Amino acid sequence: MSSPVFEQLGTATLHHAGYMGALAIQFRNTVATMWRSLPVVGNRLRWRSALGQMVAAGIDAFPMVGIMCVCAGFILAMQGASELRRLGAMNFVVDLVTIGFMRELGPLLTAIAVSGRSGSAFSAEIGTMVVTEEIDALRTMGIDPIEFVLAPKYMAALIVLPCLTILGTACGILAGGLFMRISADMALSIYLTSVAHSMVLRDVFMGLVKSIAFATIIVHVGCLEGFRVRGGPDAVGRSATAAVVKSTFLVILADVGFTALFYVTAAR
Amino acid sequence: MTTQVQPAISVRDVVVSYNGRRVLDRVSLDVHRGETMVLLGGSGSGKSTLLRQIIGLERPQSGQILIDGMDLAICKPRELKKIRRSIGVAFQNSALFNSMSVQDNIALPLREHTRLAESTIRLMTWMKLVVVGLSDAGELSPQALSGGMKKRAAVARALALDPEVLVFDEPSAGLDPIVAAELDELILGLKRAFSMTVVVVTHEMASAFRIADRIAMLYKGSLIAVGSKEDLQRSTHPHIRQFLDRVADPIATEAVGQHLQRYLDGSAI
Repeated sequence: MSSPVFEQLGTATLHHAGYMGALAIQFRNTVATMWRSLPVVGNRLRWRSALGQMVAAGIDAFPMVGIMCVCAGFILAMQGASELRRLGAMNFVVDLVTIGFMRELGPLLTAIAVSGRSGSAFSAEIGTMVVTEEIDALRTMGIDPIEFVLAPKYMAALIVLPCLTILGTACGILAGGLFMRISADMALSIYLTSVAHSMVLRDVFMGLVKSIAFATIIVHVGCLEGFRVRGGPDAVGRSATAAVVKSTFLVILADVGFTALFYVTAAR
Repeated sequence: MTTQVQPAISVRDVVVSYNGRRVLDRVSLDVHRGETMVLLGGSGSGKSTLLRQIIGLERPQSGQILIDGMDLAICKPRELKKIRRSIGVAFQNSALFNSMSVQDNIALPLREHTRLAESTIRLMTWMKLVVVGLSDAGELSPQALSGGMKKRAAVARALALDPEVLVFDEPSAGLDPIVAAELDELILGLKRAFSMTVVVVTHEMASAFRIADRIAMLYKGSLIAVGSKEDLQRSTHPHIRQFLDRVADPIATEAVGQHLQRYLDGSAI
């Protein structure tokens, strides 16, 4: 006799496995056509489209990412200082903010901001194209929708997200510096020298690898949700919501994996 | 001895089901070169599904779709791309890209599939716009066009690569009778000028009888008649007569009447 709990568990597992499979197939097809979005050797229309996406997903997103990281920088510095002050270890706030942002908060906050802004926009754009038969029109014209629509977005995200992560991390660390200037009267030059001492190349590398992985998740989940739209405009709205929820969830899940990997390799 | 001419499009025993419901049931149909074939049928008859099969957007569960003798299901991606370039499609909702101007919409297939200079592409785009009577609308956004103009722009884009087959999905849908008649004349004019094979999906009888060389009538996923306009008009098949004489389905009418009566009596609330 089959239990309804196991039945539901099995159905859900199959559903999620199918979703991950669809993501993997979409990723493979995108990678196969990515070179067409490169400048010089690729198709100039794709590169132009990728440049437009870089502006929309990168430059336009910077104020939001910057403000979020400045706020998080202040929060982290204040929370850290409130405990470390009692131990007379205020100087460790610099390490806390620097390492916290380089390894974790910089890539994660940037990814969450881009997921909310661009992941939903990718999904809504492609979903609308599905509803208005524009994706069908591309196929009948012999144009691959993955190459035409998705690949330039992915190319843009791969360039823009690491750049935004670096800028966001810088904003967060500078916010920490401002806090230290106000609360501990630490000169900015001394703060920046301490930051430079706290920085490890491995952390910089880890942060950039994370941002590339997060870019992959955000673009592919957003676009897959868009391509899966069936029905009318209400389905487009639902797909945009699903894109944000699923990509944020997967970004955090991937972050756990990266952090565990970092922890295990650093412990050796 | 007679040599058999290969049909431009051949549909053989095609079966399509969605969620266990059979939408096309062993449909077979040949569309000859240079003819205008109208796929006529009511809502849910399977005509749009058949169209999606013909233009290669979906694959049948069984049966074959042959374009110029090439089976869409087994041809290589490069061959499929070539076949798709030989078919121009004007979609029901025009499917123009709102992010581009009308002329960029028409130039898109040329930019994607040819190595022509931009000046040549501009000239060819303008020529296609002239053919459909939109020579002044090239710079406009598709959102700035009326329903009829959008359909014409979609036809211009379908013509961009000089296809051998032109396909229309519900060309008259959402248009007033005058604009719909103008579009019918455009289809007839294109066929005369370019000797194209034309496939039109519609449920508008006036349009079908105006433009068709032959009509294929679909009813609940099955092909119930294929013939000339005269053949169809002479038909005594009950479903064809019901469609041509515009008679409501008695079972559905009775059900609606009963529901309405219950509503008026207050028992349906």
